[in-house]
Amino acid sequence: MRLKLLAFFAVATVLLSGCGYNQIQINDEQVTAAWSEVLNQYKRRADLIPNLVSIVQGYAAHEKEVLTRVTEARSNVAGIKATPELVNDAAAFAKFQKAQSELGGALSRLLAVAENYPQLKADANFRDLQAQVEGTENRITVARNRYIKSVKDYNISVRTFPNNLTAMVMGWKTKANFAVEDEKTISSPPQIKFDAPKPAQ
Amino acid sequence: MVWLRSIIALWLALASLSGMAADLAAVPPMRGFVVDTAGMLKPSQAQMLEQRLQEFDRSHGSQIAVLIVPTTQPETIEQYSIRVFDAWKVGRKQIDDGVLIVVAAKDRKLRIDVGYGLEGAIPDAIAKRIVMETMSPKFKAGEPYSALVAAIDQIGKLIEGEKLPPPTRSSTQTQAKDEGGQFENLLVIGLIAASVVGGILSMLLGRFLGGMATGGLVGTIAWFMTTSLIVTGIASFVVFLFVLLSGGRGGSSGGGWGSGSSGGGDWGGFSGGGGGMAGGGGASGDW
Repeated sequence: MRLKLLAFFAVATVLLSGCGYNQIQINDEQVTAAWSEVLNQYKRRADLIPNLVSIVQGYAAHEKEVLTRVTEARSNVAGIKATPELVNDAAAFAKFQKAQSELGGALSRLLAVAENYPQLKADANFRDLQAQVEGTENRITVARNRYIKSVKDYNISVRTFPNNLTAMVMGWKTKANFAVEDEKTISSPPQIKFDAPKPAQ
Repeated sequence: MVWLRSIIALWLALASLSGMAADLAAVPPMRGFVVDTAGMLKPSQAQMLEQRLQEFDRSHGSQIAVLIVPTTQPETIEQYSIRVFDAWKVGRKQIDDGVLIVVAAKDRKLRIDVGYGLEGAIPDAIAKRIVMETMSPKFKAGEPYSALVAAIDQIGKLIEGEKLPPPTRSSTQTQAKDEGGQFENLLVIGLIAASVVGGILSMLLGRFLGGMATGGLVGTIAWFMTTSLIVTGIASFVVFLFVLLSGGRGGSSGGGWGSGSSGGGDWGGFSGGGGGMAGGGGASGDW
């Protein structure tokens, strides 16, 4: 009797330690933290834009298209509610990403245009802002990479045996990650044409 | 038993898979605060910088590290330097007051990476000015040493202006101990469990089943302590073997594998990074 009880206890502990519940919880929390950091840095970028736009306007007011484009992209981004739950909704996540990468593209276009204005480039305020934008873009990249890694860890822990059984019972699904196309648009800023829409390549 | 072992094998395989990296520029080990694999500095200059930075570490607690490599290709200097920061962990743990200066000699690129805790003291705009106005002209003139000295001076002053916890003697040592300590705790628990519980269980169940039960028990404890699959797997397997081989009365041979714990303390004269983190703040430039 005592022997059977002991054996049962031993087997139960082995099973419990192997079900992956704790690991999934920890990974889930890490995904949330990594995602908050991504949102944090996106917000930081959005906050820099009004100052940047007003400085560029002072020197290059007639670059209207580029300026409006940035402002529009920023309000598009602001229009999407960036909640932590976004990571569990693949469609909303993709939409959010699209808006953010459009803003990134518009912003780098604005900085490229600024290269044509020596006086603007010489402005100390502009240079500081430019450094902040660069730093923030880099922070976004870092935050995204850490998010990608944390989602990978989470998805592995949800999918592999025997954790997948626990996940199935608890109804936990894999989380949305950044797609490869996103990576491309981020690393090579798109050329934005305002006149006629080009046929898809 | 077979499935338990195959799961351990799977865990190990997964762990080694996630550790694999593509064909990227290697991150050199942090042998000191100044690592120059491109041979840009004279040995005496590197030595002087090293002393300066060690002194700064001692007196302030904050850490400044310098890495000079030939190239960061195929990555950008930003991508490379954050990997170096992650590996070196410049700055104190939780305070994250580290600064990493990366120079890519052939690419003619510079970068200052700022730890989370110093993003207020060294904002991107200031880091950019240090790179472009202090360092870049001196690198152009072929004076990497004076460029680095000037940059370190400026960064040091900025850090001094920031209210940070005072340096604790050997803050880095404690961190190393922390990590080793966890493993030692596990080994102690494993020993006690193996010799006491294992003794009782193997008397009740026989050596094989007793070993398995003890292994499972220790694995559970290890699980709650570290939540690491690998540690859990290894701990339970080692204990299982231990009970199996020691015939249930393992107290005497305990010292044998307990001595393995000293492997955690493999920290040479230079104490290394203190466990700081960075999130990509700072600035880059070229010359």
